[in-house]
Amino acid sequence: MTTLEINDLHVSVETEDGPKEILKGVTLTIKAGETHAIMGPNGSGKSTLAYSIAGHPKYTVTSGSVTLDGEDVLEMSVDERARAGLFLAMQYPVEVPGVSVSNFLRTAKTAIDGQAPKLRTWVKDVNAALEQLNLDPSFGTRSVNEGFSGGEKKRHEIAQLELLDPKVAVLDETDSGLDIDALKVVSEGVNRFRGREGKGVLLITHYTRILRYIEPTYVHVFVDGKVAESGGPELAEELEANGYDRFLKVNA
Amino acid sequence: MTITDSVRSALELDKVESHLHPHGSFDVAEHPVPTGREEIWRFTPLKRLKELHADAPLDGRNVALSTQVPEGATFEIVTGAEARELRGVSGWLPNVRFAARVMAEVPATLLLDVPRESEVTEPIVLDFDGTDPAVTSGGHVVLRFGAHSKAVVVLNHTGSAAVAAVCEVVVGDGADVTVVSIQDWADDAVHLSHQQARVGRDATYRHAAISFGGDVVRMDSNVTYDGPGGSAELLGLYFADAGQHIEHRIFADHTAPRTKSHAVYKGALQGEKAHTVWVGNVLIRKVAEGIETYEENRNLVLTDGCQADSIPNLEIETGEIEGAGHASATARFDDNQLFYLQSRGVSEAEAQRLVVHGFFNDLIRKVGVPSIEDRLLTTVEAELAKNVLKELPAEAGA
Ligand SMILES: Nc1ncnc2c1ncn2[C@@H]1O[C@H](COP(=O)(O)OP(=O)(O)O)[C@@H](O)[C@H]1O
Ligand SMILES: [Mg+2]
Repeated sequence: MTTLEINDLHVSVETEDGPKEILKGVTLTIKAGETHAIMGPNGSGKSTLAYSIAGHPKYTVTSGSVTLDGEDVLEMSVDERARAGLFLAMQYPVEVPGVSVSNFLRTAKTAIDGQAPKLRTWVKDVNAALEQLNLDPSFGTRSVNEGFSGGEKKRHEIAQLELLDPKVAVLDETDSGLDIDALKVVSEGVNRFRGREGKGVLLITHYTRILRYIEPTYVHVFVDGKVAESGGPELAEELEANGYDRFLKVNA
Repeated sequence: MTITDSVRSALELDKVESHLHPHGSFDVAEHPVPTGREEIWRFTPLKRLKELHADAPLDGRNVALSTQVPEGATFEIVTGAEARELRGVSGWLPNVRFAARVMAEVPATLLLDVPRESEVTEPIVLDFDGTDPAVTSGGHVVLRFGAHSKAVVVLNHTGSAAVAAVCEVVVGDGADVTVVSIQDWADDAVHLSHQQARVGRDATYRHAAISFGGDVVRMDSNVTYDGPGGSAELLGLYFADAGQHIEHRIFADHTAPRTKSHAVYKGALQGEKAHTVWVGNVLIRKVAEGIETYEENRNLVLTDGCQADSIPNLEIETGEIEGAGHASATARFDDNQLFYLQSRGVSEAEAQRLVVHGFFNDLIRKVGVPSIEDRLLTTVEAELAKNVLKELPAEAGA
């Protein structure tokens, strides 16, 4: 059974005034079938956590561990982590000029599976994934994320999630900047993924809104680089009513 | 030397004092041997030119020519008075010694004619295959397109040679012309080339300079306009490897009103002492009201030890223009792009390959000649194999 285990993770970034610690001891265990919502104010380190799990070179892990099914994730290169079954839907997906979406998806699928997908079923799968996310089939010929609207970028991330079929998905503010219709479409995509056997989800969000469509198993309040409090869905309701004030005061 | 009407009209234009485009003359004596301190020579490694910039013999035999001339075009090699008539047919006066020497000393001119209103659907190909890098030679080529004709010409350079060449292009009124010059030389070739076009009224001229091979390649792609409404697209794609010097210079001389120039040059560099130069000169003369110009140069540096020089120059002598702009950027791989691709399981080398192909893709499509597109994709792939893809298994690179 899939388990992503994050233990006492400390992460810093390089700044002009030297290294600055952003994650200050994060501990989380995400098991197959679970959805963990991470909620926190801007600047609390949510994206840092997501990028650190995926292995972005800007972030330095100073201590702690991350394992996927017992394998040391921190030892792996970025692409090895993806091939091991991790997926990051980014808060700000990156434009790659001149690389078409269809070429990108096929290259990624080939890399993840270790072999090229069967052409006929693959084209069908891609078209179905795009259609389910309300993306026009002509999307395949456009350059990756270039000139996409904010909503198209996020829907494209979820199309990749469904096609690449990882074990654990980290979704970094996939809901931010979406109107209600797009939010529903994206949530349905995440729910289709969750409905598959043995998947884990780490759902990072600033707002409680998406949790109406994607019911979390656990909710963690994230403040100043660590988990301040954990609970069930009722914790999200409390945040909805009272905001982050209580946690910020405790922290101050 | 006969001074043709076009030369006369060029001389009548206001003289513009600029070190960027020294005044021309057919008289070789007026062109001293460059020392390397001149603005237009300061990037070029003169020592590696086999004296082509100075007094190397231009009568060597070191290039085998073969041609594909489809119906609707004619090709001949002319000499004597007929060849002399064609020197300066583009209205250009040589402003460098090697070009003045080619005009004065080379006995033959390769003359391609596409008569007025002729539409040649297949590319016309002139293949220059170098046979001896130790021998120096000069060449004069004239590509002449009648009014409202349409054609694509490919000048293809391969093999080993040391060549100084002048190519003059005359684009008739309303014609639609593409000239692609491919420098796919062997590692030891030296090529000095000046390609000069005169673009007729309402004509469309597209020039693509594509340089992969050679020890030193220096090419000028210039345009002037014969009447209003002419449009020039100057494209360039280059890939410099260790030790190579690839220098591209353009000069869009807006000599007529309501003309357009649009230049896009993109290059990649890899390996120790790979050096590229791009100099983009645009001059908007007083007469050139209502023109539009945009020039862009982008370089992607793939490894340490490379140098890309990129210099846009825009000189504007009238305020009455539609638009003028330029952009120049030299960058390494974007970490965020590589991270994004790698986070989808794609290896670092494969991610770099995708980014490089993506970098060149839009430009390759702009060239607009399908057979060339395929060849360019293959060549980019072969260049990538030298560094970026070295550690990739063959299958993944396919
Ligand atoms: N390169 C950097 N240099 C300095 N500070 C940084 C850098 N990257 C992130 N930070 C800081 O780290 C903190 C956490 O950022 P982030 O993880 O993006 O937060 P969140 O996603 O929760 O909004 C913020 O205070 C941010 O300013
Ligand atoms: Mg964030």
